[in-house]
Amino acid sequence: MASYLARRLLQSVLILVGISLITFALLYLLPADPARQIAGRSASADVVASIRHQLGLDQPFYLQYLHYAGRLLTGDLGRSYVQRTDVASLIVARLPPTLLLMVGAITTELVLGLGMGIAAALNRNTSFDRALMVLSFVGVSAPQFVLGILLLYVFAVRLGWFPIGGYGSPQHLVLPALTLGILGAGWYARMMRSSLLDVLQQDYLRTAHAKGLGGAVVLLRHALPNAILPIIAMIGLDIGTFMSGIVVVESVYGWPGIGQLTWQAIQRVDIPIIMGVTLISACAIVLGNFLADLIAPAIDPRIKLR
Amino acid sequence: MRPVRELLRRKLALLGLVVVVLTVGVALAAPLAAPHDPAEQLFDGLTLEGAPLPPGGSYWLGTDLLGRDLLSRLIYGARTSLLIGIAANGLAVAIGAAIGVIAGYAGGWLGSALMRFTDLMMAFPALLLAIVLAAVFSPSLWVVALVIAMVSWVQVARVVYAETQALARREFVEAERALGAGRLRILWHHILPHLVSTLLVWGTLGISTTVLLEATLSFLGIGVQPPTPSWGNIIFENQTYFGSAPWLVFFPGAAILALALAFNLLGDALRDVLDPMQRGRH
Amino acid sequence: MNLLRRGLLAGAALLALGLPPAVAAPRQGGAMTVTYKDDVATLDPAIGYDWQNWSMIKSLFSRLMDYEPGTATLAKDLADSFEISPDGRTYAFKIHRGVKFTNGREVTAEDVSYSLNRAVDPKTQSPGASFFHAVKGYDEVAAGKATSLSGVIVVDPYTIRIELSQPDATFLHVLGLNFASVVPKEEVAKYGADFGKHPVGSGAFRLAEWSLGQRLVLERNKDYFKPGLPYLDKITFEVGQEPLVALLRLQRGEVDIPGDGIPPAKFLDVMKDPQYKSLIVQGHQLQTGYVTIKNTIKPFDDVRVRRAVNMAINKERIVRIINGRAAIANQVLPPGMPGYDASYKGYPYDTAQAKALLKEAGLAGGFSTELYVNNTDPNPRIAQAIQQDLAAVGIKASIKSLDQANVIAAGGEPDQAPLIWSGGMAWSADFPDPSDFYGPILGCASATKGGWNWAYYCNKDLDGAATEADAIADPAKADERAKKWGGIFTRIMEDAPWVPIFNETRYTIHSARIAGPDDAVFVDPVHTPINFDVVYAKDAQ
Repeated sequence: MASYLARRLLQSVLILVGISLITFALLYLLPADPARQIAGRSASADVVASIRHQLGLDQPFYLQYLHYAGRLLTGDLGRSYVQRTDVASLIVARLPPTLLLMVGAITTELVLGLGMGIAAALNRNTSFDRALMVLSFVGVSAPQFVLGILLLYVFAVRLGWFPIGGYGSPQHLVLPALTLGILGAGWYARMMRSSLLDVLQQDYLRTAHAKGLGGAVVLLRHALPNAILPIIAMIGLDIGTFMSGIVVVESVYGWPGIGQLTWQAIQRVDIPIIMGVTLISACAIVLGNFLADLIAPAIDPRIKLR
Repeated sequence: MRPVRELLRRKLALLGLVVVVLTVGVALAAPLAAPHDPAEQLFDGLTLEGAPLPPGGSYWLGTDLLGRDLLSRLIYGARTSLLIGIAANGLAVAIGAAIGVIAGYAGGWLGSALMRFTDLMMAFPALLLAIVLAAVFSPSLWVVALVIAMVSWVQVARVVYAETQALARREFVEAERALGAGRLRILWHHILPHLVSTLLVWGTLGISTTVLLEATLSFLGIGVQPPTPSWGNIIFENQTYFGSAPWLVFFPGAAILALALAFNLLGDALRDVLDPMQRGRH
Repeated sequence: MNLLRRGLLAGAALLALGLPPAVAAPRQGGAMTVTYKDDVATLDPAIGYDWQNWSMIKSLFSRLMDYEPGTATLAKDLADSFEISPDGRTYAFKIHRGVKFTNGREVTAEDVSYSLNRAVDPKTQSPGASFFHAVKGYDEVAAGKATSLSGVIVVDPYTIRIELSQPDATFLHVLGLNFASVVPKEEVAKYGADFGKHPVGSGAFRLAEWSLGQRLVLERNKDYFKPGLPYLDKITFEVGQEPLVALLRLQRGEVDIPGDGIPPAKFLDVMKDPQYKSLIVQGHQLQTGYVTIKNTIKPFDDVRVRRAVNMAINKERIVRIINGRAAIANQVLPPGMPGYDASYKGYPYDTAQAKALLKEAGLAGGFSTELYVNNTDPNPRIAQAIQQDLAAVGIKASIKSLDQANVIAAGGEPDQAPLIWSGGMAWSADFPDPSDFYGPILGCASATKGGWNWAYYCNKDLDGAATEADAIADPAKADERAKKWGGIFTRIMEDAPWVPIFNETRYTIHSARIAGPDDAVFVDPVHTPINFDVVYAKDAQ
């Protein structure tokens, strides 16, 4: 086990290094000049040159990267070009809303997805089952930005049930969490359905029935727990999809999280923030994958640690 | 022909197929189907104060914020979405399959390196990478397709890798090797044919993802260049009016949903038909 | 009928007659909520240069000069009195006594000197450093050879003398810029690069709270040196709010002012709604939106082609596309700027003549080119309208809609971005003086790589005329100077390096409980967008 952990840790570090290098290289290729951004529009050429020198932007690529990586090791993510604050504190300030949003989305996925999946499995091959499965497909196929605008328009603007974007109370969380989570809910519904169907057909359940245990009891105490486990193991993989989804969802709802920060930073080519957010997202994805890989064999002994 | 009949027997798959065929037809026949030039900013297309016209009257689906006929833009937008969706996915499947097959068949350090690289790309948040790539390259239709392909090949690679590995270890392959058959020959005759069904499934399912990704990039303002219509950039240009002109968001939105859904239904049914053992997530 | 009922009836009758309450003088107290879409970057006056933080910084800090609220008229702020030498090269200021920073310490001339030097110091990386180029010693400091401006001399704790290397008519305006705000040395030393998040100044307000990405709260500075000001006790800024949301919240009474203005989508509805009509304030920004034509890329080096482009564009249609929220522009300067020529006709919209000019230039068959625009709404739409107009005379312009920073970078290159729609990027005045519309965007010095003179327009004669005009530093000769500048810009339009399209009109809406001495403070041309110092709440206790 220890050697497995060590190996995974090494892999993760290498992955993060690779990602930082690729991102740094891509941002280096951007035509926009950060020194001019900071110097402002009325700056003279020597002011721009002096700023460029101070930021080390006149150095060759590999030196710039090494400096960046060196600072990274001490936890310094650099300072935003536009906001002049250090990137780490910006990200830390915006992390809680994004985490809250993700928790809300996972809750949506589980409640909606598992609920639909169970209902479909229990009413197998009826039109109800088919309708639910089509609905789950719709959830997977809906573009998140359209869904977001639609929910906002219908439930917030027209009906006024929820606030129109923003952050602060539980009511503010409902619509964004739904928007972010419906995609995953669609997947989970189908997975839950097939997982539950598999479990329901297994021998030991027939034994339980034969022993005289009632249907509901069998379901709750034996079938469901076994059916849910493989799905729980997959939640870690959701992080990857969330990292993409938050850019759009936070923008549509004005949610003050990391996605909104990313989008603003990209508009202004604020390289330190873009680097910082990409690294944090990659960390989260790597962590999520790792957890998923770790939990899976614990749940299903047939799966071995990869 | 049995798989085809199996496929056609499933109602949902049939529905998906019909939608896809319809969209392709409309896209191909765009000049004939569209009542107006999609780029023409008609003087009558806006009210005197500059507000867009609602659906009805001479503009069936209303006009957009520049006075252009929405229906015509949607029809031509189908071209953009389909073109990019199919091209990007085709490229993604090609890249992913190539990497997966080489890694799975060659094994050793090459296979390991390729798979580590794949893991690396998987850890990149897809949309972020797409946005950065789009900012680096000068935008155009093909650049957008390329960018989308760059972030979509990873899953194909992993699946193909796993399958190739499994296939390479099967007995008959061992037997062939023992008989002295060349590696390339084995690849061509024994491995690739078995991958066809996987690639077919991915070739279809993947289009739903690439269509959605193109729409998202256009929605963020970094997709195809105006005035080329794309369902995503129609929403981008008109989203600030969603309170007073919601049709400008919902018609293109519904179109994106319908196309993505159709490919999803089709692809899913294909997977059931071609390989009933595979299930769950992609 | 008993007394109570009579009283009630009388009261009801009065209300029904709609008699206004007695117009009261502004009362001290109350609070206000303002929303912005984008986050506030920094409140460091040497660095802040955004839409959001510009007026906040004006209210948090003082500087030698300022403007009368709601106008572009210079007024003294920290300066109690000043004298300009006859040759226009020496300015002597006496500052008010007893002005305190919010940390308790008194403001002295030493602080003014420190602040000016800090703004120019390359290590501060201030975007406003070059505004001070006229001060003696600027070149040495900018090059890193000196650490302080030799032209800034502290005479005594309340007197400061500034010597210029040449007379500069805009210098008083420069001293009214945020970059010239006075900051306390010890606080800057304490916070270092984070001073922008912990600002300490001597303005009407002080920063009470800042939750990154969510909210900022400004509180009244009880020791503010101007008696009676500010009126409000507290201003809360909520960031991350979409303009549409802000408007709806205003309608519900949750927000007092949507800082980004009325969203275009709701504009027509709000203008027609009787409930909100009286609360809308209309004002002019000192801003012009234009298409730059790069003189260094063929065929735009031919003035006939540039004039043809000017005549091909239907500006009225473009203004209609943005719901009439602008006035058509026919010259470089916006109305309200000294030097603006109301009688100037400019180039008419005449496609026939445009085609004739192109034919004369040997381009009867038209040509292809590129139109750059930033990818924030509504700019791509405006670019498409321009594209259609150009196509009508045979100019096939393909659109390149990019991130703002990339457009700016391309504009600064001599061989890229032949046409650029400036919307969302340029140019609004830093201070209300015509030279601000020349130097950075049309002068020879900025026609270089990375400059903002995207047209790469360089007319040495006009450069000379500009320097002459700026040398007329005597305020009594302001009219003469304005005329000179007017002449310069008319000559520029003859060369047609730009197509001026429109001057944006700003529409702000505020809640009924907030008022100002003049509506213009809600569309303040200098304290953009709002002059927080003089706004008051009608319901203050």
